[in-house]
Amino acid sequence: MSDTFEFTPETLEIAKGYIAKYPEGRQASAVLPLLDLAQRQNDNYASDAVIDAVAAMLDMPRIRVVEVASFYTMINTEPVGKYLLQFCTTTPCWLRDSGEVVDATKDHLGIDFGGTTEDGLFTMREVECLGACVNAPIVQVNDDMYEDLTGPKMVELLDALKAGRVPPHGSQTGRQTSAPIGGAQTLTDLDFAKAD
Amino acid sequence: MPKLTIDGVEIEVEDGLTVLQACEQAGVEIPRFCYHERLSIAGNCRMCLVEVKPGPPKPQASCALPAGEGMEVITNSPMVQKARHGVMEFLLINHPLDCPICDQGGECDLQDQAMAFGHDGSRYAENKRAIDDKYMGPLINTIMTRCIHCTRCVRFSTEVGGVEDMGMINRGESAEITTLGKAVSSELSGNVIDLCPVGALTSKPYSFVARPWELRKTETIDALDATGSNIRIDARGNEVLRVLPRLNEDVNEEWISDKTRFACDGLRRQRLDKPYVRNAEGKLAPAEWDEAFEAIAARVKGVDSSKIAALAGDLCDAESMFALKALMAALGSQNLDCRQDGAKLDPTNRVAYLFNTGIAGVEEADACLIIGSNPRWEAPLVNARLRKRWLRGNFSVGVVGPRSDLTFDSDYLGGGTDTLRQIADGSHPFASTLKNAERLMLILGMGALARSDGAAVLAAARAIADSTGMIDDGWNGFNVLHTAAARVGGLDLGFVPGDGGLDTNGILDGAGSGAVEIVYLLGADEIDTQKLEKAFVIYQGHHGDAGAHAADVILPGAAYTEKSGTYVNTEGRVQQGRVAAFPPGDAREDWTIIRALSAKVGHTLPFDDLPALRKQLHAACPHFTRLDDPDKAVWRDFGTVGTMDAAPFVASISNFYMTDPISRASETMAKCTQEFILGDDEATGTDG
Repeated sequence: MSDTFEFTPETLEIAKGYIAKYPEGRQASAVLPLLDLAQRQNDNYASDAVIDAVAAMLDMPRIRVVEVASFYTMINTEPVGKYLLQFCTTTPCWLRDSGEVVDATKDHLGIDFGGTTEDGLFTMREVECLGACVNAPIVQVNDDMYEDLTGPKMVELLDALKAGRVPPHGSQTGRQTSAPIGGAQTLTDLDFAKAD
Repeated sequence: MPKLTIDGVEIEVEDGLTVLQACEQAGVEIPRFCYHERLSIAGNCRMCLVEVKPGPPKPQASCALPAGEGMEVITNSPMVQKARHGVMEFLLINHPLDCPICDQGGECDLQDQAMAFGHDGSRYAENKRAIDDKYMGPLINTIMTRCIHCTRCVRFSTEVGGVEDMGMINRGESAEITTLGKAVSSELSGNVIDLCPVGALTSKPYSFVARPWELRKTETIDALDATGSNIRIDARGNEVLRVLPRLNEDVNEEWISDKTRFACDGLRRQRLDKPYVRNAEGKLAPAEWDEAFEAIAARVKGVDSSKIAALAGDLCDAESMFALKALMAALGSQNLDCRQDGAKLDPTNRVAYLFNTGIAGVEEADACLIIGSNPRWEAPLVNARLRKRWLRGNFSVGVVGPRSDLTFDSDYLGGGTDTLRQIADGSHPFASTLKNAERLMLILGMGALARSDGAAVLAAARAIADSTGMIDDGWNGFNVLHTAAARVGGLDLGFVPGDGGLDTNGILDGAGSGAVEIVYLLGADEIDTQKLEKAFVIYQGHHGDAGAHAADVILPGAAYTEKSGTYVNTEGRVQQGRVAAFPPGDAREDWTIIRALSAKVGHTLPFDDLPALRKQLHAACPHFTRLDDPDKAVWRDFGTVGTMDAAPFVASISNFYMTDPISRASETMAKCTQEFILGDDEATGTDG
């Protein structure tokens, strides 16, 4: 990863927008949105140079930015692959066999949690509840949630990403958002509830 | 004024107090780790849990809970006991059981509170977490596995120290305190060692040296700067092992500077432990006391009294200066000076050389003008007060003189006397800031006074004080910030040139021209000793520093830790030091040397013991009887209006860590100089 970092004119404009949201003298409040912005520009990696750039922009001591960056798991202080795969293994996902999804990925990519594939495409990470238990098990790929996964579906997804295609996110079984599996269970006798 | 009940006893406390503070006032001890009365409240150790009614049926952190009307606080119920047991057990889960090899052992808050409030066992059988030790500079030793994350060190260095070096990174079980490999760049950094409630931050020079119960503790006064910090010296046998702060709200609160704390290893090196006399080959040879005295007596005999001079250094106690002054008077010499830096201080007016506002008084000021001074280096604890005041807001600071990082915001007004003149005549924009503030103060440093036009600068500062209304009923904003512990005492007892006598520069020039033949240096090292080559130099002091090298006779004296001496700090506060260890070898307390010499030169001084000397000192200067109680000096006219040199003021201290013979001999201070002053980046590796 590069050890220099500079905001591009576009991101600089956005950064100024974030800073302007806070009252005069409270610019340090913009540290999280700025870290996120800078990290996105820098292959999802908040490197030392990124932290220095944010600290300089907000006139903060370096240690104060490091404190924030190291506290939040969504700020990556280690380099990550192009696709950051975050596996939920908390109880609801686990009950819906997130273990199978994890194992399938490990076998397919040959890496473990915390590892990055040699081609730099994938990084695996184990995370706590992603807050979409009704569609468990879930994997978050960068900003998108892939839901209702199974082992084979996960491998399919990985292959698609490897091939450069990004499949639609959401439920992978085709159900509408978090509607009941197998269609509506209640209010079925109402006319307006029918699909067409 | 809420009324609340604590363990069944009703108490009324001031508004704004927390439950913990109310409990303290009621005489109930609440265990705590993260809470400290001089730092912001963090509320993260949970050790101070108490039961409070009305409220939720669970224990509450008393340090962060405001005391309210009608509260019923219970600190000894089964619920509270169980809560304390639980917190203690959690804290000890990851704390190593290495007390036998821990420097904090015996004076550890965690140890004490585990005994008082904890369980007798642990239910935790898993592996404890381990954290890499961090590099925090040459003063602070770290064993981070012992850290319980109270964040006192982070809050101290940020709030009091004013440096953003320390922080807590990561979260949860991975949380750790770090400086990211930097040394903590504050002159007060050593205080985090005292603040750390466990053995995570300990003193590097003191590591594995002693156990607290082996030490003899002596309460005394620091002499390495003019603040007069109250300290406790811990010694084993005759060796001073460490220096700790002692509480004095008016002077140092409960902090001390790193030089005060860590320069004590300089007391072991370069010491003068025998008299020396320069022999026929021009080499200094060890001698007996009698030989040394006879060499002096022989040289003094027949020399005109106007050709004898004396200079007192920065670390002298008032008693030795008083004795030497009496000896010079007996010899008939008027040439004596205690201002070895040549500062143009006016000895006739006490108000003209004191820090009249008082160190604690800084907190009441609304604006401050700093002239030719860097308080951060000259008096770190005065600077800490300025910062404390600045943190409260509405405090404008203007600086005239050398630029420096004071740890708080200041307006840089200019480098020298031109700016001073503009402020005096009101044409400078800062003058209006001063006019609008209610309680004003100025701090006049030695950088502005120790120059040939010092008297004119003094007069100009006085004019500013007068014209901006710094002198008011009960408020005196005129302050001189001294750098030497001996200075105010010397001026108070009149260790200054008599009628027609020579001052420091006169003595030094006279020694070069032959007008002065004999120079008595009482611990005076900060002078140009090259100028003394032709003169017969007597050096009385404790370290083989500049003065001793120039000497023809060396009389080994006692350092500030080895004598019972009186010091007057920059506020005019009279304080007494005590003997913590004895002087090495043949060295003696300084006043006794002068008394013994006086008999040899035929002018026996009229005191045989310290009480007799002090009685005479008190008769000459009555305010020396009032210990720790400075009186307000009366505002008078002083200074000599004159032309001021346009040259900018220069800093009077170029290296905070080495300002006197003791700190120059200290290995720890040498390491600090390397780290902070010379800034050798290669030497600051990470992870120690």
